[in-house]
Amino acid sequence: MDESKIEKHTIAVLVDNEPGVLARVIGLFSGRGYNIESLTVAEVNNADHVSRITLVTSGTRMIIEQIKAQLSRLVPVHRVHDLTDEGPSVERELALVKVAGTGEKRIEALRLADIFKATVLDATLTSFVFELTGTTEQVDDFVGLMAQLGLVEASRTGVVAMSKGASGF
Amino acid sequence: MPEQKLTGAQIIIKALKDQGVDTIFGYPGGAVLPIYDALFQQNDLRHILVRHEQAAVHAAEGYARSTGKVGCVLVTSGPGATNAVTGLLDALCDSIPLVCVSGQVPTHLIGNDAFQEADTTGITRPCTKHNYLVKDVNNLARIMHEAFYVARSGRPGPVLIDVPKDVQFADGIYVPPTEVKHKTYRPQVKPEIARVEEAIELIASAKRPVFYTGGGVINAGPMAAKLLTQFVKTTGFPITSTLMGLGAFPASDAQWLGMLGMHGTYEANLAMYNCDVMINIGARFDDRVTGKLSEFAPGSKKIHVDIDPSSINKNVVVDIPIVGDCGAVLEAMLTMWKARQKRADQAALKDWWKQIEGWRARNCLNYNRTESVIKPQYALERLREALRGKDHYITTEVGQHQMWAAQFLPFDQPNRWMTSGGLGTMGYGLPAAIGAQIAHPEAIVVDVSGEASFLMNMQEIGTAVQYRAPVKVFILNNQYMGMVRQWQELLHGSRFSQSYSEALPDFVKLAEAWGCVGLRATTVAEVDEVIEKMLAVTDRPCIVDIAVDPKENCFPMIPGGKAHNEILLGPEDTPSSATPEDGMVLV
Ligand SMILES: Cc1cc2nc3c(=O)[nH]c(=O)nc-3n(C[C@H](O)[C@H](O)[C@H](O)COP(=O)(O)OP(=O)(O)OC[C@H]3O[C@@H](n4cnc5c(N)ncnc54)[C@H](O)[C@@H]3O)c2cc1C
Ligand SMILES: Cc1ncc(C[n+]2csc(CCOP(=O)(O)OP(=O)(O)O)c2C)c(N)n1
Ligand SMILES: [Mg+2]
Repeated sequence: MDESKIEKHTIAVLVDNEPGVLARVIGLFSGRGYNIESLTVAEVNNADHVSRITLVTSGTRMIIEQIKAQLSRLVPVHRVHDLTDEGPSVERELALVKVAGTGEKRIEALRLADIFKATVLDATLTSFVFELTGTTEQVDDFVGLMAQLGLVEASRTGVVAMSKGASGF
Repeated sequence: MPEQKLTGAQIIIKALKDQGVDTIFGYPGGAVLPIYDALFQQNDLRHILVRHEQAAVHAAEGYARSTGKVGCVLVTSGPGATNAVTGLLDALCDSIPLVCVSGQVPTHLIGNDAFQEADTTGITRPCTKHNYLVKDVNNLARIMHEAFYVARSGRPGPVLIDVPKDVQFADGIYVPPTEVKHKTYRPQVKPEIARVEEAIELIASAKRPVFYTGGGVINAGPMAAKLLTQFVKTTGFPITSTLMGLGAFPASDAQWLGMLGMHGTYEANLAMYNCDVMINIGARFDDRVTGKLSEFAPGSKKIHVDIDPSSINKNVVVDIPIVGDCGAVLEAMLTMWKARQKRADQAALKDWWKQIEGWRARNCLNYNRTESVIKPQYALERLREALRGKDHYITTEVGQHQMWAAQFLPFDQPNRWMTSGGLGTMGYGLPAAIGAQIAHPEAIVVDVSGEASFLMNMQEIGTAVQYRAPVKVFILNNQYMGMVRQWQELLHGSRFSQSYSEALPDFVKLAEAWGCVGLRATTVAEVDEVIEKMLAVTDRPCIVDIAVDPKENCFPMIPGGKAHNEILLGPEDTPSSATPEDGMVLV
């Protein structure tokens, strides 16, 4: 095993939705110098106040294992799953992308949106707001193309992910 | 049971009592007045008034470490809480179970920059195992009980509960500890048997084994130390321990190699370097122990027992990790070892011991004995002799004196040795000694101190006087921040920048100002006499000023970033080559 190889992992964490829990997770990453490429969080079980955090991080195998062990020992954490390690999973990101322009550029933007299956949430004579759901790479590609066609701004949710198949968390 | 309505302050006191707490260390202020009022109106819980909140936490650490119980602290909001921060982090680094209650401004003022407001849960989040801000009095009892559970379970640590003043006044429902079960926190105590099996097979096949044990054995309780001793005696293997693990295995035993690491013995460090099987029980491969990682026990297979999965494969990759409590794992190992009638490879073991005896013959703790000046090692040897057979506890401050205490005082039992290892907090020793003395009023408690460290929390002599805690402060006064001076000598061209202890007080007069006994030894001949007088004082603290050689350095020493076999044995040794840059940056 190559000890120095940097791996990218998607990790799902179920936590008690108590005050400060997100600060604990983020503080862990900043305090110990781990990377966060993306982090999303929302309550997924309102009755029990359980939230699900999905985070994408990168590091050597040893660091990834440390990250999981450190997350697991936070007191309000129920479970930690490494979706990258635990077999196939699906990942999605949602993006809102605003593009302004007229003429040929505007038509091209709309054509590309169609190819990427983005939907139009708002349209004026000089702008569009597109909604796109896809993998991080697809969103990257789309935003990259729009940059040449009058991109004004992009807002992205970060990755949410889930394992494939019948079994759950 | 009928529901009981109490005020928040009463709930805190009742929860403490129901958790079996008899002593709490604290300091009052506006934001905890309701709790102090509730304390005033009862007699079961004893409050020890310290002189600085940092000391309240260290005293609770000393209390906890010497009893195996959870230590308790009470501080006010703002400056009270921030003063406690160093103590909390100290307890986190050394895995000491504590519960600290802090006052907070009333709920409606939180976030308003109110008087004595601090974001206490924010500030202490990375300095505690867990913390809580209680906004509803009806959660208070549950949170108190949870805090004790979290503090003592798994890898122990400090837990802080921040309680706004209005919550202390409000009426709420009390629930007893039996009705509280934590939702998520369930550390693994029992090991996987398959792993224990693998470990037993590896141990039985070892040719050059060594036990490397640590603070986890002390955390696991006296039974774990007994089981460790049994297992080590059964196998006949050599054993070394970290600074934090001293006392788990009797230092008077022939299988004991002494402490390992930066200031560990030659034989312990070379046994680690040359071993083929390392059995780590409750130690965390700290950088003061491993030295240069790429040359750490290079030819060895490693077993690592630890209750905290994040300790495993953190610094050093091991072959057989076992997650579980040291006591439970040692019991499983011993049982299996006996059931399978395992026996170590006697021929190999004999050769290994022969090699170790060769290293031991170097007598690495030897020092230049002289009549002209008191050597710090000599003073500690005499202290050791005077304490022999007496019921005693030792705490230390941080510096050379701490390392000499670890090397020269023998620990035959767990929970008798209290030192700040992970954080290395100067000023720890005196309050920790007071905490230990409060817990063991009849025992002798000595804080082995340096003159610089003593000044960091010397106000606590007042606490010791007030509670008639006859702690002994044994100052090895070298007029230097000796440990700093030693590094400057070895690594910074003897440029002794700011490490001289200028303008020291007269420690004897200082003691007398508090109504304590002050003693001084300036010649070798006076040392025994002073120690005898010190031990005779039983009704008040005693401060002893031993004028030791200002130039003495602490050996052996493995300079930062060096391997175990590059150990310096004395002033005549110079580092094999200049300390590499990656070693220079280590602390
Ligand atoms: C000036 C100075 C010099 C020092 N020099 C040295 C030196 O030469 N040698 C040395 O050894 N240290 C030295 N230290 C101390 C060093 O910094 C570390 O604090 C120490 O080595 C850590 O000890 P440990 O590995 O036993 O871990 P601890 O900090 O005691 O940690 C205990 C480990 O056991 C685990 N654990 C806890 N409870 C249990 C349980 N019930 N069951 C199983 N596992 C459990 C924990 O998860 C943790 O991993 C020095 C400190 C100072 C201030
Ligand atoms: C609070 C704190 N500040 C600074 C240090 C750095 N430090 C480590 S040892 C030491 C000198 C201690 O001097 P003294 O108490 O006289 O002990 P000696 O080494 O001389 O025995 C210092 C400053 C520390 N460990 N803790
Ligand atoms: Mg000194």
